[in-house]
Amino acid sequence: MAVTDVTEKTFVDEVLMAGQLVVVDYWADWCSPCKQIAPIIDELSREFVDVKFVKVDTNTNPNLAAEQGVLSLPTLQFIQGGRVVKSLTGGKTKGALKKVIDELR
Amino acid sequence: MSTVHDVIIIGSGPAGYTAAIYAARANLKPVVFEGSFEGGGALMNTTEVENYPGFAEGIMGPELMDQMRKQAERFGAELITDDATAVDLTGEVKIVKDSYDKEYHAKTVILAMGSGYRKLGLPDEERLSGRGVSWCATCDGAFFRDKPIAVIGGGDSAVEEATFLSRFGSKVVIVHRRDELRASKIMQDRAMRDPKIEFAWNSVVERINGANSVESITLKDTHTGELRDLDVKGVFIAIGHDPRSALVKDQVHTDAEGYVLVDGRSTATNVPGVFACGDLVDHTYRQAITAAGSGCSAALDAERYLQALEDAVPMAVSA
Repeated sequence: MAVTDVTEKTFVDEVLMAGQLVVVDYWADWCSPCKQIAPIIDELSREFVDVKFVKVDTNTNPNLAAEQGVLSLPTLQFIQGGRVVKSLTGGKTKGALKKVIDELR
Repeated sequence: MSTVHDVIIIGSGPAGYTAAIYAARANLKPVVFEGSFEGGGALMNTTEVENYPGFAEGIMGPELMDQMRKQAERFGAELITDDATAVDLTGEVKIVKDSYDKEYHAKTVILAMGSGYRKLGLPDEERLSGRGVSWCATCDGAFFRDKPIAVIGGGDSAVEEATFLSRFGSKVVIVHRRDELRASKIMQDRAMRDPKIEFAWNSVVERINGANSVESITLKDTHTGELRDLDVKGVFIAIGHDPRSALVKDQVHTDAEGYVLVDGRSTATNVPGVFACGDLVDHTYRQAITAAGSGCSAALDAERYLQALEDAVPMAVSA
């Protein structure tokens, strides 16, 4: 499944109301570790078809980032049933993220 | 007994991957513990690396690390995305355990765990990390647009961060425990001239306050002991680095600050067959290129050690 963009308008429907585990990738064009994580998220989205992967551009959605308490990039949120069950900041390896997803789904 | 590898490398910064490239090309089939979360080392949280030779236009830190990783993989290094959680380096066959308690055995181990940001050691520092507490101005600075920011520290990196952050914050307060900066003259001048930068001299951080994100910090005057609150939304900590030697410090010699000691210009530790390189060893230079260089030395030292083992015991126990 492709990684879709969510915005301040679609966050509630696409993320909080989703029926499965959602991984939200907060990014910005000036954040270089984000560039390293983006292709990993793409790959994971193809490997874990039962998990939903979305991304939030914090430049164009600053209020959403603020509301979610995102003050560091990259931030990955793992959301289940409308609740943030885990949140990670900083550059991560693919293996590390796989491990987290495996434990949560 | 399970396979006895020639080389296990712990760490995946420029030192670890360079050691892996050299060991792999020497056909030693190195096993690399990359770490479960911090793979790639310190450069993963940097932006442009402009001083690594060979990249005239500069290269992004994570991109450089990705290239090193692929290069190691191309020559047959076995990369394990997990932490080494326990080691026994004392015997002739070294044991390294992963986070599942699985044991890996090898004749040599190259230590390349690097260093981590030094923490203040305050109870709320971890809780508010990523919620206003940061170690990376270039990563997180933009979230503090028009907000007051504190930078803790007085060295070059603190002043560099403060100067960078002043483009975002409403003001930047450099909190330093002495009454003068340690930073180089040129950096100091830049900070002193910056109208947005203020100084809190002779001050240490006593507390970081905030329910869900940083609201303020409590400073203590180092002379009078007086406490005062400083309203800031961001706290950038730049008080230096500590070597990540906790895993091995009971087994190899380290200095008072925890850096692993090596013999002269070599990478040999006091334990035969155990080599150390990169920021784990280096107080002084701490550059990607010096770490890579010492990673290369470690692989060559390990290769020689293995050769000597073979020469000394022609009928070596089968691996």
